[in-house]
Amino acid sequence: MSIIVFVEDWNNQFKKASFEAVSYAKSWAELAGTSVTAVTSSGAADPAALATYGADRIVTIALAATPFGMAQQLATMSEGTAGMVIAGTSLGRSVAPALAALIGGALSTNTTSTPSSVSPVTVERGAFSSKGIETIELMGGLPVVSFVPNSVGIQERAGEGRIENLDATGSDLLNITEQSIASGKVALPEAEVVVSAGRGLKGPENWSMIEELASVLGAATACSKPVSDIGWRPHSEHVGQTGIQVNPNLYIAIGISGAIQHLAGVSASKTIVVVNTDAEAPFFKAADYGIVGDAFEVVPQLVNAMRAFKAGQ
Amino acid sequence: MNLLVCISHVPDTTAKINFDAAGTALDATGVQFVINPYDEFSLTKALHLKEAHGGTITVLNVGGPETEPTLRKALAIGADQAIRINAIPTDAITVAKELKNHITANAYDLILCGQESIDYNGQQVPAMLAALLNLPFVNACVDLAIDGSSATATGEIDGGHATYAGTLPMVIGGKKGLVEEKDLRIPNMRGIMTARSKPLQVLEATENDAATRAAKFVKPAAKSAVKLVDSVDELVHLLHNEAKAI
Repeated sequence: MSIIVFVEDWNNQFKKASFEAVSYAKSWAELAGTSVTAVTSSGAADPAALATYGADRIVTIALAATPFGMAQQLATMSEGTAGMVIAGTSLGRSVAPALAALIGGALSTNTTSTPSSVSPVTVERGAFSSKGIETIELMGGLPVVSFVPNSVGIQERAGEGRIENLDATGSDLLNITEQSIASGKVALPEAEVVVSAGRGLKGPENWSMIEELASVLGAATACSKPVSDIGWRPHSEHVGQTGIQVNPNLYIAIGISGAIQHLAGVSASKTIVVVNTDAEAPFFKAADYGIVGDAFEVVPQLVNAMRAFKAGQ
Repeated sequence: MNLLVCISHVPDTTAKINFDAAGTALDATGVQFVINPYDEFSLTKALHLKEAHGGTITVLNVGGPETEPTLRKALAIGADQAIRINAIPTDAITVAKELKNHITANAYDLILCGQESIDYNGQQVPAMLAALLNLPFVNACVDLAIDGSSATATGEIDGGHATYAGTLPMVIGGKKGLVEEKDLRIPNMRGIMTARSKPLQVLEATENDAATRAAKFVKPAAKSAVKLVDSVDELVHLLHNEAKAI
């Protein structure tokens, strides 16, 4: 009756959200008085690393190529388990609902807490674009939880770490013809720090200071919707409703007024800093710290101050 | 092409969200409802596909009679016919099963959904539906091309894109990029007039076994007032010592 956790890799390396997923499963397993079984690709470079975060049994499989194929493989392992955990990465958000449908499971997505109870499994999740928090009970089938990356954190708790290889079949209904990830950049959905800018920057040629600040902080760059709509920045950087939802430890918004559509995608950030010339900008109401000032003066100063801070660490 | 667009009826983005006295459901008093923004991109894509390949666009919603204005709006934008499955949706799997029952009995070439609805933010129904139908599915779809019975679809993945090739029928979870924001259509007077005479069929629900239960809704704790600082050095100090964010 263990908790099964699906552990994603990219190019054979585990993601940060993968370790968080094992930590999540371990918290659940401790509450349920059971063990953690981690399922991952047989190509993963270092499956033993999962034991550090609580995996008792590590099952490697020849992983299918598409989310549906993976969901089918996980479905073959669901019998006799107490629950399943999947990180809510872009892959996980496709795998989890397919899995729940295949096994007749009870699914919570966009989950932001570990279970507070296991009879029935009860968790909290974000709803109404972060304007509500729902407490949901997973009572009508095997509980499946997909959580928001960076919402529950990574904890090191040793598991037994027995590794075995299994056969599991899944059929891909699609062929992947191309797959690419921008290299050398921090992926926005996984970033711990995000530096985001809006129309206050006046033109795409002024983004170098935003990129510089991001580089000093090891941050991902993002932008507001108007900026992506007018083509100053790619759609993949658009944060907010209908764009990407982020949940970083630190979100720095520069020259963004804070329309409700934008706030819907960022308000789960742990700390929000706003830099804006307009002291009445609605974003200040959602911010923890603010500087009323001109981005063209503040950002270069901030780059220097952050660089000095990082150098002193 | 026989195109199906699944539509959610959701509170407008700018709506103030309140919950009922028991804290178990949305209080809809004074809330303006709209077509789910993600679904609008899929609906507009369906209009483009119909213009290029011919065919019929059906819009479908699982909901009570109060959702019909949202379906009428989709008809006014250009859908040909609407279906409302008469049920108060309890969770994603019941909605997905209702959709599956309808789709199994009707031959659609393409089923377009929005990636997620902005009310419960589950991002569950499209992938569940595809799994129940054993059909290919592309989530966060930002590009789709149809050639006969073949489809090429690009979906966002963390930090990049993946492109898939498959055969129809297929299920799509659409978002901005599938069409651009400027392509979205606003109903004009002629569209609104024609929509009144387009068919809106009501079907009775067939499923009622929810797998989850919303025990409680609360609003997030109010944020404390912003701390305005005068210098970047003070900001760096606070981010390090107080917020522990750097």
